[in-house]
Amino acid sequence: MDFSRLLFLPLPVNTQIAMLAVISLLVIASVASTLAGRRMAPPEARELTQRLTSWWVMIAVIFFALLAGRTASLVFFALLSFFALREFLSILPVRQLDRRVILALYLMIPVHYYWISIEWYGVFIIFIPVYLFLFIPFALILLGETKGFIQSATSYHWAVMTTVFALSHIAYLLILPAEVNPAGGPVGLVLYLLFLTQFNDVMQYVWGKALGRRKIVPSVSPNKTWAGFVGGLLTTMALAAVLGPWLTPLTVVEGLVAGVLIGGAGFVGDLMVSAVKRDLGIKDTGTMIPGHGGILDRVDSLIYTAPLFFHFIYYLKY
Amino acid sequence: MFDRILKQAFFLLIVKPVVFIGLGLNIWHRERLPLCGPAIIAANHNSHLDTLVLMALYPLRDLPMVRPVAAADYFMRNRFLAWFALKVIGIIPLDRAGQTARDALFAECEQALSEGQILLLFPEGSRGDPERLQPLKRGIYYLAKSGAGIGVTAVVMHGLGRAMPKGDALIVPFNCDVVIGETYYPQDDAQAFIDTLRSAFESLLAMCLTRRHLD
Repeated sequence: MDFSRLLFLPLPVNTQIAMLAVISLLVIASVASTLAGRRMAPPEARELTQRLTSWWVMIAVIFFALLAGRTASLVFFALLSFFALREFLSILPVRQLDRRVILALYLMIPVHYYWISIEWYGVFIIFIPVYLFLFIPFALILLGETKGFIQSATSYHWAVMTTVFALSHIAYLLILPAEVNPAGGPVGLVLYLLFLTQFNDVMQYVWGKALGRRKIVPSVSPNKTWAGFVGGLLTTMALAAVLGPWLTPLTVVEGLVAGVLIGGAGFVGDLMVSAVKRDLGIKDTGTMIPGHGGILDRVDSLIYTAPLFFHFIYYLKY
Repeated sequence: MFDRILKQAFFLLIVKPVVFIGLGLNIWHRERLPLCGPAIIAANHNSHLDTLVLMALYPLRDLPMVRPVAAADYFMRNRFLAWFALKVIGIIPLDRAGQTARDALFAECEQALSEGQILLLFPEGSRGDPERLQPLKRGIYYLAKSGAGIGVTAVVMHGLGRAMPKGDALIVPFNCDVVIGETYYPQDDAQAFIDTLRSAFESLLAMCLTRRHLD
């Protein structure tokens, strides 16, 4: 048995530098927010501190999982899917009757991640889109209650697709053959996707605050402006092009395209979760991440960027 | 001493993991939770998990101070359940059947309050239909009047009836809301106090994220 694959991924230098860079950014952000916080009203300063503390915790947990090796990373992403699915099913209207079907859906998470761990791409890619798609209505038929059947069948499948299938594409990046990406290794791909997705969120916010005037979709999210979207997209493209050859097998031009995908898709994912919250009349999807809201509030963009980035790079390089 | 260790071990190894990892809580205003007695927590009641969730919010060392007031007819019906309820959970049994005179009814609760303990009370009286507020009983007012400076903190929980409804022993993971409200002190009018508490419950319920239900 090859223990090095199980316990520790020998990380390429670029990936180690990328991790250190993220930590340095956090240090700078913490110092800046402490200085800025002195001139703010106490509730806003507290919220800012909370947000940053949560960033420290999230990044510590993710880095720890990535450094601890492939198995630990897969367990981490499976848990992330579980928390996200639980959160989604908790805010959706759910029939009391469906409890056992929902328990079955939770139990499908380890099964799905098992396909990833044995590198069975063919089953990974159809297990939820095909088999769960067929299984959920079947299980609901067995319950024998037709009132609310359509609502249950559609919303449960959608919840599993977003929180388990879409997010698990990040995990599948980890088991793509390492030799294709000597510069960054499997962890490099994950860092590239995660960092650019979150960077895009931040940059859209920053550009929107600085220049934003015309709103894009005020009925879904009043904070999204054209300047924020375009500014975020261009900044993300630039960084994606620079980081592409450094952390992934992508060339500069391919990196630019990856930047378009991540910037555009991240925007849609963000709006998707906003639309869900508007429909339900809630402001956050949970309280698990202080200062940010719930898990879905944080991974909203990744629901869209992860599958698109994965299939882009999988088609081009693997 | 043995009971205390047993209680702490039960909460550390079973209750806290189930509540925080299996279920997941959306907690609002945790800082409002009274950490020292005498105090009364008045919560709505949907599930057996209500008591365990509220107790799980407390640090292990404070747990022996937290005493749920629970139905004697339910929890004392057999010897094992009675031992578990009294020794591990630390309930104060309450006679719901009306066999006991009013002053004797609350004797043990008043004793606990005078020792500076924190009572968990469900003024709806029983778990009732899932996630529906029942009329509140007045006993809580008299209990709060029994000593000086005893406040009643309103707490609303939602979603536990979905994670573990009445009559079903299977726990299915769902996030549950726990909203901790203000502390109220009883004045001279029992009905006014009950009305205040009820309207507090209703406004706290409105903060819950998990309230979209299909009936």
